[in-house]
Amino acid sequence: MIDKKTLEEHNLTPEEYQRIVELIGREPNLTELGIFSLMWSEHCSYKSSKIHLKKLPTTGPQVIQGPGENAGVIDLGEDLAAVFKIESHNHPSFIEPYQGAATGVGGILRDIFTMGARPIALLDSLRFGPLDQTANRVIMEGVVSGISGYGNSIGVPTVGGEVYFHPCYSLNPLVNVFCLGLAPKDKIFYARAGRPGNPVLYVGAKTGRDGIHGATMASAEFDENLEKKRPNVQVGDPFKEKLLLEACLEAMAQGLIIGIQDMGAAGLTCSTTEMAAKSGTGIEINLDLVPQREEGMTPYEIMLSESQERMLLVTTEEKVGQVQAIFAKWDLDAVVIGRVIEGKNLKVWFKGELVVDVPVEAVVNLCPVYHRPWKEPTERGQQILKELPSHPSDFNRVFRQLLASPTIADKEWVFRQYDHMVQINTVFLPGADAAVLRIKGTPRALAVTLDGNSAYCYFNPREGGKIAVAEACRNLACVGARPLGVTNCLNFGNPEKPEIMWEFKEVVEGMAEACRNFNLPITGGNVSFYNETEGNPIYPTPVVGVVGLIDDLKKALRPGFQNQGDLIYLLGPWGESLGASLYLREIVGQEKGPAPRVDLHLEKKIQEFCLEAIHQELLHSAHDISEGGLAVCLAECCFHSESFLGARIALPPEPRPDIALFNEDQSRLIVSLSPEKEKTFLQLAETKEIPLTHLGEVTGQAITITQAGQIIIDLSVAEAYQIWKTSLPNFFKIKS
Amino acid sequence: MKFGVVIFPGSNCDYDTYWVLKEVFHQETLFLWHKDHDLRGIDCVVLPGGFSYGDYLRSGAIARFSPLMQEVREFAARGGLVLGICNGFQVLLELGLLPGAMLRNKNLKFLCQFVHLKINNAETPFTNQGRPGQVLRIPIAHYDGNFYAPPETMEEIKKNNQIVLQYSTSTGETTEEANVNGSLENIAGLINQQGNVLGMMPHPERASEAVLGSQDGRLIFQSIISWLS
Repeated sequence: MIDKKTLEEHNLTPEEYQRIVELIGREPNLTELGIFSLMWSEHCSYKSSKIHLKKLPTTGPQVIQGPGENAGVIDLGEDLAAVFKIESHNHPSFIEPYQGAATGVGGILRDIFTMGARPIALLDSLRFGPLDQTANRVIMEGVVSGISGYGNSIGVPTVGGEVYFHPCYSLNPLVNVFCLGLAPKDKIFYARAGRPGNPVLYVGAKTGRDGIHGATMASAEFDENLEKKRPNVQVGDPFKEKLLLEACLEAMAQGLIIGIQDMGAAGLTCSTTEMAAKSGTGIEINLDLVPQREEGMTPYEIMLSESQERMLLVTTEEKVGQVQAIFAKWDLDAVVIGRVIEGKNLKVWFKGELVVDVPVEAVVNLCPVYHRPWKEPTERGQQILKELPSHPSDFNRVFRQLLASPTIADKEWVFRQYDHMVQINTVFLPGADAAVLRIKGTPRALAVTLDGNSAYCYFNPREGGKIAVAEACRNLACVGARPLGVTNCLNFGNPEKPEIMWEFKEVVEGMAEACRNFNLPITGGNVSFYNETEGNPIYPTPVVGVVGLIDDLKKALRPGFQNQGDLIYLLGPWGESLGASLYLREIVGQEKGPAPRVDLHLEKKIQEFCLEAIHQELLHSAHDISEGGLAVCLAECCFHSESFLGARIALPPEPRPDIALFNEDQSRLIVSLSPEKEKTFLQLAETKEIPLTHLGEVTGQAITITQAGQIIIDLSVAEAYQIWKTSLPNFFKIKS
Repeated sequence: MKFGVVIFPGSNCDYDTYWVLKEVFHQETLFLWHKDHDLRGIDCVVLPGGFSYGDYLRSGAIARFSPLMQEVREFAARGGLVLGICNGFQVLLELGLLPGAMLRNKNLKFLCQFVHLKINNAETPFTNQGRPGQVLRIPIAHYDGNFYAPPETMEEIKKNNQIVLQYSTSTGETTEEANVNGSLENIAGLINQQGNVLGMMPHPERASEAVLGSQDGRLIFQSIISWLS
C-alpha cells in the first residue's frame, strides 16, 4: 500500500514503518502515515537525542515544572513563577527569512502563554554567515525584520540576545528565540485532557495549507531542491496571536480551562495526541467542524497543517458557552470539534468516515529511540595552534579591526528595530551583559541572557558545553543576578553522522557537568538537528538561556565605567592560549584550537565573589571577558560609560601582549570601583581567595594600554566608538 | 480626575498607560473597551500605543470605526481632553480630529530609541507644566511616525501654533539629524485648533519613572492633571 517513494518523502525508514505496522496492527493509510511522519520526525520525537538529554539535571527546589511540557516553570518566591523556554526556527529562516523568524517568535510565545503566563520578554540568538556576502545580508535583514514585525506587533519587548557571524552558518542560519513569562505560582496550566466526555475546542485562526510538513522539513538537510520547500514555511499574523493571547489569558483567569495546548509543529496532530497521551485517554475530532480558510482541504492537509495562531483547549460541558463568549469578544473562532473519549486512540472523522484510528501512545511515546553511533573525529584534536602567530606590528590597527568585526561590533542596528521598551519593565536596555526586567511593585528584578560559543564547541565540545553554561551565569553575576534555571537550544548537523553524534553527546555531557556545578536545573529546551547543506554541517552550537533573580534592583550593575579616578581590576587569571579565539580566527586568519578550558570551581568562586561585592555595593561596574579578549572588554566598558570615559592600564611582563589582550580564557571579569572601597574589596577577595590584578584606572578619554612602560594601544574612545558603532550599519547601507 | 484608557484589539501600551496613571500619579483610571458606547464620566480619554487591528490597511485606519469612537468625537467636540499616544495619534489622524497623516519612517525601519523633544507650545493642557524651548528625553517606538500634511494644512498648523513637540537635539535645536523619522517640521506632537486634542508619537508613559531611564514624560501627565484641577 505505502510504497518506498512515499516512505522517503515522509522521511520514515522501512524499519520505522514496520514498527508502525506492528504498533497499530495493520498498515496505516496515507493520513495516518502523515501523522506518524510528523510525530516521529526528529523535531517532534527527539529520537536521536533522548538518550543523551537524560543526562541533564532537571530537578531542584525551585523547579515547578521541568522538561516535558510546553515550557519550564521556576518558583520565584512571593507567589510568582517564571515560565520560559527557547526554541529554534532554523530551517524555515533559511527558506523564507522573514516568515521563518516571525513564526519562530509566534511559536515560542504560544508555548509560554499556553501555560497561563503573560509573556514579558523575548530574546534571540542569531547566527549568520559573513556579511560581505549578499546572501547572508539578505537573510539577516529578513530575520531581523521578521522578529521585529512579529514581536513589536504583539507587544512583547525583545530585550536582548546575541548575533554571531561565522562561515559555517552561511547556508544554515540559526534563529533561536527565547521567551519569558510571569504567572501566579498556583495558576499554571498544562496540556491535560481531563475526563472522557470533556469537549475539545479549537480556538484561534482558521486552518490553511501553510506549513504542511514543516516538522519533517526541519528534520532533514537542505539540498538543491530547497526552493520547492517554500510552502513548508508557515505564515504568521501577530495581530491574531495578540487576540489569542488576550482571550486565552482571560479564559484562564476565569477558571474556564482544564487543559490547553498550542498548535505549533505538527498542528492538530500534535496537540490532540499529546494532550490525550498525557491524560491516558483517547480523543476524537471531526474535521468537518475545523474552521478552514481554504476549500477542499483533505484530512491529510488539515491534520498536518501548521497554520499559526491556533490552540486546542479542553473544558467541561457547562463552561463551553462562557469560553466561546470570551473568544467571541476577541473576534476569534472557538469551536467544539470533538471530545475526550474512553480508550486510548486518536479517532478522526471526515465527512462521516473514520479516517484516522491510531493509539496515541504509539504516536507520542513509542517512536524508536536511537542509540546512534558516535566517534570522535581524530583530525579535530590535531587542529591546534602549534606555533604562536607573529606579533602584530601595529596593535592599534588590530584593535580597530577587532572592534569592527561584526560579531563584536555594536548591535544597535539590530535592536533599534525591536520595541525593547513596551510593557515598561526594561531597566537595562540591550547591550548590557544581561537583560534586566523589573518586577513591578517590588524591589526585585529578573535577569536573562543567551550564550553559546560554537568555535569552542567545535574544537572541544565538552569544554564548549561547560563554557556555555558558565558564561551565561557569569553574565548574570555581572549584573548582580543569581541564576535559577536554564533552557537550552542544541543546534547541530546530521546526527546520522558519527562525528556529529559525538559532538552532541560531548556538549550535553559538558553542559550537564556545569549545571551540576552551579546547582542549576535544565527546565526544558529544544534540539535542532540536520543543520547541514550539501553535506556541510554547522559547528556544534548549544545556545543556553539562563534566568536569574536580582533581589535589590537598586544594586544592579551596568558594564560601563562611572567615574574618572575609579580603579580597574581584572578578576581571574591572565589567560595563556589564543586557541579558538576570534582574534586568531579573523585577524591572524587561522582557525585553530585548542578551545579554552573552564575551571568550574574557580568560575563559581569568582561569580559568587562578584555577587557578594555587588551586594555590598563595592563596585561601580562589572563586565565579563569573552570574544575579543581583555582589550575588547575594556573598550566596551568605556563605550557604555555615560561620557566616553577612557582607561589607562598596564600589562604585566608576561604573557606576550597579543596573548594578554586577545585570549578568551574563562572565568575573567573587568570591574571598576571607587578608591574608597578598595580596601574592603581587597579584603573580601583575600578571604574568598580570588585571583585578581590591579590593571589601572578610569582616566582621560582614550584607551591606553602599556607594557613595561611602552605603549601598546592608544586610541581615543571617540574614535574606537565610531568604528564599533558604524561597522554593522555600513554593511546595510543602501548603495546607489 | 478620572482617566479612561481605550483598549482596541491589538493595543499594547494600554496596561503601561494605566499603570502610570494609576500607580505613579494615583489618578482614578478605567479601561474602556472599544465596543462600549459609554465614556463613563471620565475627564480625559487616552488612546494608547500599540498595533490596533495589526496596523492592517493603515495604522489606526480600522480602529477609527470602533463604536466608542463616536462618543470620543462628541466628547472632543464638547472640549473634553483627548491624548493620543503613538498608535493613538494615528487613530486621531484617521478620525480627522487632527490634521495630516503618518508615513513610513524615512529609514523604512522600525525605530525604538530615546529621542529629545523641544516643547514648542507650552500653553496647552498637555504641556502647561513646561516652558517653551524646554527639552524632554522620551522614547519612540514606531514604523510610521513620519508626519505629513499638504502645504496649506501646514500653513494653518503653524498659524494656529498647533506644533506642540518637535524632535530636537539635546540642546533644543530642531535639526535634520535629530529628525529621526523625517516628519515635516520635526513634528512629534500636534494639537487641534480647539486646543483639547493632542497626538504625540513618543511614549510619555515609558519615561515616567526614574528606574526606566528618564522621568521627562511625567510633565505631560502632570500638565493634564493640573489643567483639570
